[in-house]
Amino acid sequence: MLAVTALSVVFMRDLFAIVMLFGIYSLLSAGFFVTMEAVDVALTEAAVGAGVTTVLMLGTLAMTVRKEKARVKPSSLLPLAVVTITGLVLIYGTLDMPYMGDPDAPVHQHVAPRYIEQSYEEVGMPNIVTSVLASYRGFDTLGEVVVIFTAGLGVLTLLGVSGDRRHEKRPAVMEHHLVLKVITKALIPLILLYALYIQFHGDYGPGGGFQAGVIFGAAIILYTIIFGLTKGEQVITPLFLRYMMGAGVLIYGGTGVLSLLLGGNFLDYDVLAHDALHGQHYGILAVEFGVGVTVTAVMISIFFNFTGRSTLSKDEE
Amino acid sequence: MDTTLGLYNYWIVIFLMMVGFYVVIAQGNLIKKVVGLNIFQTSVFILYITMGKVSGGAAPILDDSVTAYSNPLPHVLILTAIVVGVATTALALALIVRIKEEYGSVEEDEIHDQDNSL
Repeated sequence: MLAVTALSVVFMRDLFAIVMLFGIYSLLSAGFFVTMEAVDVALTEAAVGAGVTTVLMLGTLAMTVRKEKARVKPSSLLPLAVVTITGLVLIYGTLDMPYMGDPDAPVHQHVAPRYIEQSYEEVGMPNIVTSVLASYRGFDTLGEVVVIFTAGLGVLTLLGVSGDRRHEKRPAVMEHHLVLKVITKALIPLILLYALYIQFHGDYGPGGGFQAGVIFGAAIILYTIIFGLTKGEQVITPLFLRYMMGAGVLIYGGTGVLSLLLGGNFLDYDVLAHDALHGQHYGILAVEFGVGVTVTAVMISIFFNFTGRSTLSKDEE
Repeated sequence: MDTTLGLYNYWIVIFLMMVGFYVVIAQGNLIKKVVGLNIFQTSVFILYITMGKVSGGAAPILDDSVTAYSNPLPHVLILTAIVVGVATTALALALIVRIKEEYGSVEEDEIHDQDNSL
């Protein structure tokens, strides 16, 4: 299935169809992740790949072109040959790989058994993915949040619209679709509630700051699509979003500094409370909250900038 | 037969990776290239998740009735990679929008022509 969808992407010229196919492709891979028992990953992929990425790509299409230009290609033989040879070499490489699902494979021999056996005593969370993400590998995650923050800044810099033009009244495209509006109004509280559940239940079930942030962002994006950018920016102002982006990273880093001040190592949550397990709990909650805030803010502000830009360029035409 | 079944996932990964790679090097349309990069990226995700799978293992959420879990470490790496991926994709799309505004085109050869004719 995945392979067929990917192949059709190559042969399509209609970029709109390509983007839609890519959404399907993401949803399929999310299903694949569930069968591989990677529930956290599947949740993220479904929210990100099938939701936010597709919307962003459609936004880009609205601003650029819908069809790929038909043209005489110089020769696609050379790239094809390169790809085939690389693929064959890689397949030759897999012959030495351990078979899928083999419990004796080298990946399962180091580090992971320790997480599985001891994370409950050390961190006290049933969801191992969350303990590894926020506690054992807190440094990596901090770095990733900073990357997301930087990407958000980059989009702001590239597409940011100057202040005076922002306040022009822009009518919503879907002003007259009553059914859509009613359904959206009913759905959005549920989506927001679900995002909060994922945010704070991440210790026990699949979920956490990253997924919750994306879902939260998706709810606001849905609202903006239906009710128009002007209304969306009344719900969350762009300025507030910018503060949120920074605040999330600060909460994360601040938790680390706090644990330093209390005499532990950076991001060592044991010292945050009298009991090490409680400390871990507080620490992970704080850190996940920081992640959620930054991810939400970045997703929404990226989307606002894309739509703001596209209505502007339409005005100029 | 065992070889085919055991390695089937890796072959799919390689196939997807090569499809993405081909789109990136052979296609001139910038938006299509970004889609290609994303396909490539997803194939790497699938590679990692496949390695983390243990037959008979459950999702890595601790429970008394479960004895074997799949490997949580690849899940953590990929989970964050997906979100970072969407952020960088957004950055790439933003760049494309600016390129379109400057050059009036998102086709690679047309942009090259304009650069050379300056």
